[in-house]
Amino acid sequence: MSTARIRLPANAKKGEAVEIKTLITHVMESGQRRGSDGKPIPRKILNKFACDYNGKRVLSVDIAPAIAANPYIAFFVTATETGTLDFAWTDDDGTVIKEQSKITVT
Amino acid sequence: MSAIKSMDGISRRRLLVGAGMGATALAGAALTGSEARAQDKKPPDAMEVLDKLVGGKKAKEGKVKVRMPEIAENGNTVPLTVAVDSPMTAQDYVKTVHVVADGNPNHEVVSIHFTPLAGKAELSTRMRLARTQSVIAYAEMSDGSVWSGKAEAKVTIGGCGG
Repeated sequence: MSTARIRLPANAKKGEAVEIKTLITHVMESGQRRGSDGKPIPRKILNKFACDYNGKRVLSVDIAPAIAANPYIAFFVTATETGTLDFAWTDDDGTVIKEQSKITVT
Repeated sequence: MSAIKSMDGISRRRLLVGAGMGATALAGAALTGSEARAQDKKPPDAMEVLDKLVGGKKAKEGKVKVRMPEIAENGNTVPLTVAVDSPMTAQDYVKTVHVVADGNPNHEVVSIHFTPLAGKAELSTRMRLARTQSVIAYAEMSDGSVWSGKAEAKVTIGGCGG
């Protein structure tokens, strides 16, 4: 199964835009390739990513097969208050992989 | 013998003209057939995909930066950063950024839906590029305007086929 890694500063100043780096293991099979038997390998990708900060949406990303295997997504969040960041990736088969991080805002 | 005898009825010239016309008609039919098939199969142009994504709005050049290496040795994983010049306040922010690659079998790369909570309208990821091509980004602002940016990458080893 996929494992996700999140990197962000543990502490941030209020109002500062902090960078969050995410990495998740996934084959991201594009559906364009053919196997050794000549048959197309069916598409299997993570098609959506979303990040919420204390329940409020920061951003969501619609992902196409053009994103490389083991998707890396890095973006910014304005540090407003101490709390949790929720990350969710949605697979083509419907499963949702979730991850959570804490951030302290001073 | 009997075949030659029956030809006597129709003149040789008429026979030849008739045959020629038939061949032309046949060739014509074949051509339109393959043309029709090519049109059916032709994938939409990258710009058409973008126009559809932003609902046909006209894009102005500027504000959007697409950063990636000029020469990508491995098309399987090409670093990409899109950044849009915006204060990202509740009144003035970037709503959506669409990224397409014009030489990939599927042009879509990502669509990013921002909120003002994302302090900067910037995102980095890694993408696949099938061959040397342009990557184009459209940014839809909260006021409805659309801005575009573009970058080109030379790809040494393509990253889509198998």
